[in-house]
Amino acid sequence: MFQLLLRRIGHSIFVLLAVALMSFLIFQFVGDPVASMVGQETSMEDRQKLRTELGLDRPVIVQFGDFVSRIATGDFGVSYRDGQPVMKLIMERLPATIELAAVAALFALALGIPMGVYCGLHPDGALSRAFQAISLLGVSLPPFVIGILLILLFGVYLRILPTFGRGEVVDLGVWQTGLLTASGIRSLVMPAVTLGLFQMTLIMRLVRAGMIEVLGTDFIKFTRARGLDDRAVYFRHALKNTLVPVITVVGLQIGSLIAFSIIVETVFQWPGLGLLFIRSVQFSDVPVMSAYLLFVGVIFVTINLVVDLLYLAVDPRLRTAASESGS
Amino acid sequence: MARFLLKAAAALAISAFAVQAASENSYAQTFQWAFQGDAITMDPHSTTEYTTVGLLANIYEGLVRRDRAMKIEPALAEEWSLESPTVWRFKLRRDVRFHDGSPFTADDVLFSYERSQMDGSDVKPRVQSIAAIRKIGDHEIEIETRQPNPILLSELADWFIVSATWSKANGAEAPADVRKGGENTATHRANGTGPFRLTQRQRDEKTVLAANEDWWDEPAYNIKEAIFSPISNNATRVAALLSGNVDMMYPVPSQDIARIEQMPDFDILQGPESRVVFLSFDSARDELLYSSVKGANPFKDVRVRQAFYHAIDVEAIRSRIMRNGSIPTGTLIAPSVNGYDERFDQRLPFDVDKARALMEEAGYKDGFELTMDCPNDRYVNDEAICQAVAAMLSRINVKVNLQAQTRSLFFQKVLSRDTSFYLHAWATSTNDGHNILYDLLNTPTSQVGTWNLGGYSNPKVDELTTQIGSEMDEARRNELMFEAFDLVRQDYAHIPLHQQTLVWVKKKNVEVHQRPDDRLELRFTRVD
Repeated sequence: MFQLLLRRIGHSIFVLLAVALMSFLIFQFVGDPVASMVGQETSMEDRQKLRTELGLDRPVIVQFGDFVSRIATGDFGVSYRDGQPVMKLIMERLPATIELAAVAALFALALGIPMGVYCGLHPDGALSRAFQAISLLGVSLPPFVIGILLILLFGVYLRILPTFGRGEVVDLGVWQTGLLTASGIRSLVMPAVTLGLFQMTLIMRLVRAGMIEVLGTDFIKFTRARGLDDRAVYFRHALKNTLVPVITVVGLQIGSLIAFSIIVETVFQWPGLGLLFIRSVQFSDVPVMSAYLLFVGVIFVTINLVVDLLYLAVDPRLRTAASESGS
Repeated sequence: MARFLLKAAAALAISAFAVQAASENSYAQTFQWAFQGDAITMDPHSTTEYTTVGLLANIYEGLVRRDRAMKIEPALAEEWSLESPTVWRFKLRRDVRFHDGSPFTADDVLFSYERSQMDGSDVKPRVQSIAAIRKIGDHEIEIETRQPNPILLSELADWFIVSATWSKANGAEAPADVRKGGENTATHRANGTGPFRLTQRQRDEKTVLAANEDWWDEPAYNIKEAIFSPISNNATRVAALLSGNVDMMYPVPSQDIARIEQMPDFDILQGPESRVVFLSFDSARDELLYSSVKGANPFKDVRVRQAFYHAIDVEAIRSRIMRNGSIPTGTLIAPSVNGYDERFDQRLPFDVDKARALMEEAGYKDGFELTMDCPNDRYVNDEAICQAVAAMLSRINVKVNLQAQTRSLFFQKVLSRDTSFYLHAWATSTNDGHNILYDLLNTPTSQVGTWNLGGYSNPKVDELTTQIGSEMDEARRNELMFEAFDLVRQDYAHIPLHQQTLVWVKKKNVEVHQRPDDRLELRFTRVD
């Protein structure tokens, strides 16, 4: 178990280094940050001076070495655009993105699992068909279209939900939350639904397929033979057995909810990490972009690790295998 | 069931309207607006980026400011006089207080001057003509310029005065310097003398301003509070307006103008911007970097440049691409800018036959291949304009390979003079033609002609630029300016295309003043 953990951490560091190198190389081609840092009246001489002081005229490989050694000491550099430490910018934006992703994931799970179970139990029911139709929409419509449609309906015509931003936030010291105010919660509805819809349909389909498959297996027949009631059969035995693939997918999806909420954040002007990233691309803000990609890398690696550990908790067979190889 | 649904819908609609009405009522004098980007900082000496300066102009003030007609008028300086060609004396307004209550004095001006020259300052160009500022009394100063500077007042209009005591007390003696990894109090908070004070700042989310009750001037505005939200996505910004979440927003995406114009609740404001879009050539190198012509630079031949000019159908660009949202021009200086003269605002007519004849005369009957550099997210419809230009030039047998890319890449390329033919646009920050001559048309060196990307060089124009820079007599100066811009026109080293128009949209009950430099001034904003 412990060995497994160590091995995974070793992998993770390697992956992160690779991510850092690639992001750094890519950002050599996003343009000249100096051009967007100074006013149009700044002379060529002053521009060159700034470039030298920022170390942008050094060879790429030297810049990368510098970047990695600074990160190793926890220094992510300073945003070219805001003049603020990158870490601070990311931490400032993180709550917005995490809250959005968490609520979207909750929405997806809370609706997706029951809908999937229902569809699995009544594959031909009318309601099942309706759920299937909704899920088809969720899978096939891109998020920005869903977002715009929601804005049009609930913002422009009905005027019951705010169309952009995060509403009033409450500052809890290290964390700014929108979950404690009415306007914050109202602002969260549309972005969260837009972001979570795809995940919801995915979960629903996975659970449905899993349920149908598991219900046909022998051990379900045995549970029935033991005289268990429907509830116990469906939820304690059948559902639990369909959860392994669901956990994998949900885990990875949470990563992508956080990492790729860029589109939803743009459509709703949600002040999270995605918006920060888009803006830094526009301004060739290399320190922010590099740190963001690295951050996304960390999220994925961590989530993968957690998912692996969760498997062990859910599936006893893996537990024995792991302890055997570990001992 | 149907009945229940109907009832539910009606209830929902009514409660929605009730919420709407309540919010409109309680915020009768709150003005909310949206723009596509946010201010970078609240420090007026850290940047000259125009969104930031435009927002800060509501909080901070300079010694002078511009009125509705863009003319200079007194602000923190009550009056001024020219003691000698290089010495100006300014009487400062008494009884002006910063938002924290401390009085405004000559020391604040001196402090702001020193602060503007420090390493992290981006406003150095605004004060570089000043040799020294001397304190004569608590409310009188003397500014000595290095050489006679006729546009000193224009340069001072956007040079904001900060409080010496507040800055020192809050560790903001110097502007935050990216190179030193810094930010300071002035990045997030503000203490100016202007009509509005900063009450809340959440970067990239919202900025809240409150009317300054103790402002020295008679307010022309009636709003108590103003809330600014940056919304970068076009569709989202339009939706914010249509849903009633904001009272005014800009810029309006061109595809939505016609639709919004037909709505009864909104007004579209459209006015000429001082920015002029133009094409230009590499007219300096002996061989172009990106063309099929080897051993020669066709753009050194005035006939080729002229032929290109004749080949451009600017009316087609106006009607088809800009959807009438542009004003064709024959010069690089906009009518609202000091130095403009309609005598040199003449385009060469669109005449393909003439263009072909000129090409033949110059020995390029069969044309040549050429790469054109173009941004695709900087100016209104920039890439589409370049595509149209490429199509127009194909009629004189010039095959254009269009390289359109995002602004940061585009500017990196053209600023290193790595171009043969490009689209660019310019707006002055001083509202004076000298800035165009100095930055755009003077023969490039490490100091001057920074944006003269094609290496245009006319010694006579350079000489005039220097003269205009220190000519204090206004009539004489305007003559020189006329001479310079007329020479530029005759060289055909630039093909001016058009002025963009600014498009704003506001609710009917809101009154705003649209400045030609796309700046919203809250001091002229009313909500009824």
